[in-house]
Amino acid sequence: MLEVHDLTARRGHATLFSGVSFQLAAGQALALTGPNGSGKTTLLRILAGLTSPAAGTVRWRGKDVAPFAPCIRQDTLLSAHVPALKDELSAAENLSLQCALTGHRVADYDIRVALDAIGLGTAQRLPAAVLSQGQRRRIGLARLLLVRRPLWLLDEPTTALDVAGMAQLGRLLGDHLESGGVVVATTHQALDIPADRLKSLALA
Amino acid sequence: MSASGQARGENGNIKREGTPSATRAPAAPDAPVYGAWAAVRYATLRDLKLALRSRAELGVQLLFYVLVVSLFPLASSPDRVLLATMAPGILWVAALLAALLSLPRLFASDFNDGSLEQFAMSPYPLPALVSGKMLAHWLTTGLPMAVLAPLLALQYGLDSSLVIVLTLSLLIGTPILSLVGGIGAGLTLGARGGGSLLALLVLPLFVPVLIFGAGAADAVRAGLSASANFSLLGAGLLISLVGAPVAAAAAVRIALD
Repeated sequence: MLEVHDLTARRGHATLFSGVSFQLAAGQALALTGPNGSGKTTLLRILAGLTSPAAGTVRWRGKDVAPFAPCIRQDTLLSAHVPALKDELSAAENLSLQCALTGHRVADYDIRVALDAIGLGTAQRLPAAVLSQGQRRRIGLARLLLVRRPLWLLDEPTTALDVAGMAQLGRLLGDHLESGGVVVATTHQALDIPADRLKSLALA
Repeated sequence: MSASGQARGENGNIKREGTPSATRAPAAPDAPVYGAWAAVRYATLRDLKLALRSRAELGVQLLFYVLVVSLFPLASSPDRVLLATMAPGILWVAALLAALLSLPRLFASDFNDGSLEQFAMSPYPLPALVSGKMLAHWLTTGLPMAVLAPLLALQYGLDSSLVIVLTLSLLIGTPILSLVGGIGAGLTLGARGGGSLLALLVLPLFVPVLIFGAGAADAVRAGLSASANFSLLGAGLLISLVGAPVAAAAAVRIALD
């Protein structure tokens, strides 16, 4: 479903990576590894269409992905390094706004159920400002639960998660791949994904 | 409403008599419609909600406007004629400065916490989302300032007919400040010293708004009609309504790249 061919990215004059190619079929995940500053996040942003590559092509479902192309925006869920939460709003309000932005009308009940499932039961009425990093991350997990998109682009999804959170993430990833989704995740830790579905790519 | 219209447009051969839901049903699963109006509504309501949560910031801005307007009669002579002559200009300059005070925050906090990235990744058109943010900005700054204007004009002993013209000019003119200012706010995203750079960038663009806005009350005082000023302000508003959201969305995309 996702084909990346000979991708090169530059930041200023420095070349971050060049000649990156991979293909992912439905139900496959890619773990992007590499030292800090090797361009993992940039690669994710290129896949999301937020940044244009210096060279190379990205194809999604056989179509070339131009930056900001609607086809990739309708199919992608990007979970960036910062969880895009408004400090003034509660966890539930944040999640409801984030879901609405993807065009999904999610009922308040479903929001509550998702936050309960993700282990934010008692904290969901608190303003996001007082939540811990791990709890903020879990709101992002709840969004993965509610918004159905075939392509997940996850930037460091394991950061700040505890053991239970990691297990939850593993289950979410497993279900998503099972239903034919595609995942690209940057990570420093091993992802809890069956080996036959997992590809990995190390950026130098 | 727009969704059914679009579905009918795509399947021109479908019978007109069909109910909207019947014609829309086949297209719905693979071609969802992400309408511009829904996006405007979403962004406006979201930003209004956020503004209501941080009411203090709003209050500071309006207080700034009130104080600046109130300082001039204290600092200059208490001559009634002089004050009444200066009033429209002072109110307009104060409104402009207060708008400038709040413009850097239009995109900056969303940019810093990653929300703007999610806006850009949303299937909704980015110019529509951006114009919703601009609308919310006007509703929380320009509109209250225009509504406060008659009260503040009392300090200057302005005739009631002039007060009406001045308030009307603010009502038509302040949306231009939010729209054009939004382009500047987008362009200065992520720049060091963005606030002062923004002022340098958009103040020259605000000059025509200031001239025609403050000029409306002057024209009426001189016994002329203010319709020319209102027409020009209205034209400016229409042009910026069409152009500013697209330009600001392009600026936001550049900032995110």
